[in-house]
Amino acid sequence: MPPKTMFEKIWDDHVVAEEPGEPPIIYIDLHLVHEVTSPQAFDGLRDAGRKVRRLDLTIATADHNTPTWDLSLPVTDEISKKQLDALDRNCAEFGVTLYDRFSPLQGIVHVIGPDLGYTQPGKTVVCGDSHTSTHGALGAFAIGIGTSEVEHVLATQTLRSFKPDTMEIRVNGQLPTGVTAKDIILAIIGKIGVYGGVGHVIEYTGEAIRNLSMDGRMTVCNMSIEAGARAGMIAPDQTTFDYLKGRQFAPQGADFDAAVERWKALATDSGAKYDKVVELNAADIEPHVTWGTTPGMVAPISGKIPDPADSEDENAKDAITRALEYMDLKPGMAIQDIKLDRVFIGACTNSRLDDIRAAAEVVKGKKVHDDVYAMMVPGSAKIKKEAEDEGLDKILIEAGVDWRVAGCSMCLGMNPDILKPGERCASTSNRNFEGRQGKGGRTHLVSPAMAAAAAVAGHFVDVRDL
Amino acid sequence: MDAFTKLTGVVAPIDRVNIDTDQIIPAVYLKSIERSGFQDALFSSWRYNADGTDNPDFVLNKEGYRNANVLVAGPNFGCGSSREHAPWALRDYGIKCIISTSFADIFYNNCFKNGVLPLVLPEEQVREIMDKAESDPGIELTVDLVGQRVWDESEAISISFEIDAARKDALVNGLDDIGLTLRMSTDIEDYESKHGL
Repeated sequence: MPPKTMFEKIWDDHVVAEEPGEPPIIYIDLHLVHEVTSPQAFDGLRDAGRKVRRLDLTIATADHNTPTWDLSLPVTDEISKKQLDALDRNCAEFGVTLYDRFSPLQGIVHVIGPDLGYTQPGKTVVCGDSHTSTHGALGAFAIGIGTSEVEHVLATQTLRSFKPDTMEIRVNGQLPTGVTAKDIILAIIGKIGVYGGVGHVIEYTGEAIRNLSMDGRMTVCNMSIEAGARAGMIAPDQTTFDYLKGRQFAPQGADFDAAVERWKALATDSGAKYDKVVELNAADIEPHVTWGTTPGMVAPISGKIPDPADSEDENAKDAITRALEYMDLKPGMAIQDIKLDRVFIGACTNSRLDDIRAAAEVVKGKKVHDDVYAMMVPGSAKIKKEAEDEGLDKILIEAGVDWRVAGCSMCLGMNPDILKPGERCASTSNRNFEGRQGKGGRTHLVSPAMAAAAAVAGHFVDVRDL
Repeated sequence: MDAFTKLTGVVAPIDRVNIDTDQIIPAVYLKSIERSGFQDALFSSWRYNADGTDNPDFVLNKEGYRNANVLVAGPNFGCGSSREHAPWALRDYGIKCIISTSFADIFYNNCFKNGVLPLVLPEEQVREIMDKAESDPGIELTVDLVGQRVWDESEAISISFEIDAARKDALVNGLDDIGLTLRMSTDIEDYESKHGL
């Protein structure tokens, strides 16, 4: 047999039917559902008199609309409440397992999938959410789909999908101290651009990727979509197996050992060819900060705001000009001189235990700057509890960081956590699009450590200088 | 699913790169549990002033473009979220065809499920349409998916295009994907039993 990439092995293993010229029908091992992209899909099933084909492979949670304030308080946004209620009703009617906002297993869909052990190497995973790419960190093929496809998967447990191309992104060597997974992925997007990955599945390889924790790997894969990629993946290894061992919905005992043997065979064969290869040196990566309105508009912390006049490409010149106007920044300004109003640490990119630890370590014994309001929103109820068991909540609260309950929160502002027009925020989320965190809000994407450092200083600083 | 065969309508230009799904429809409008009625949310941040009045500088508020059925835009249109509300908002407004040099993958897929044609053309042809639409407000284009050609009344623009045959077939015939896949139930059952699922 010719050598195969990890993606090709998983893909080939999931083809249910394939006809020339038609998109292959792919089996889906895990379907994650949330309240925003599912109501119309359930309506479609109901109208056609169809059922959910595999309830045992379908899990739902409420995350986008959920308030992050005290759970004893009601959902005050009537339209959000209606959408949350619709999920409750649909899951009850169709028999889908639901972790609602009061469940101890509730959380951001891309946090709970891996954390509870549902996401496993070799699986195909879908969700009506673009950041489904996160799950690829465990060696799964995981893609975001639209609501029509959500309905298709609910009804058939399969997806009709053309086979994407493959891209290897190799990050050689070791990361400098203080540089994190978030900085790797921001540097990658800065290098290949926001549509550098379109039509491709990215496999991240190299020493710097291998050295990342699972939480770090999930941060990298999470933002694959911001480079336009269909999915991101990292080959499972001992780090992956250690992470999964003992998780509630992972195989247990002898089954786990047997699974590990299967998972070991998933790695890309030597000699397998990718359609594209990109290389970076970890040693060259600094902490990164986005300055514009796409994740590709990014600079190292030592850098400056670019001048559109320096750009030769008309499209780029125009985009930079618009971005600087929206962001109210001037060409040539030092990144470190950007002052902040808000700091948001959370989102499916950076709301796991490693992220909370990194933020707590930076603010320990310090105080959030008087001009800044900072909040930390854990990715799940379980992670919140684990952080509290370590005393991380106390460190953050003592420093003046607001400690919230789990949800997507200010990543996209579907719940009450939003920026006011003109407010500037250091955010560990994944999108700095215009208005993403609230109409007129200005978002700078950074790592949790950099966000925490900015919270203390009131402006961006190199976390390595603290 | 809705079919798309041939369309004649006004083309509106938005000469920007990376028009993301948060611009097409901001998250605040995703709370609806309905599948339609999103027309007023389309491009809302650009289309309306802070007080809710129309922003006269935005193309869809300008004379000649208000009833646009075709949009021509910069590369990587629809990047970002998987929200199918993006093609729903375009469709509900009346925009059934978007012309660009490239689209984000999930948005591209979602369009085909909703009778919306995301049409990829080479850069010089997109530029030709963009320039014409900007200089001649209200100009109409005919987009014929069956014949794979785009033209204006004067035939100054006349462009043949390529599109994947399976995607074309699904859109032209408004095929119901789920119905088609359910016809393969035996294959799905065979797969499940072979894999112990």
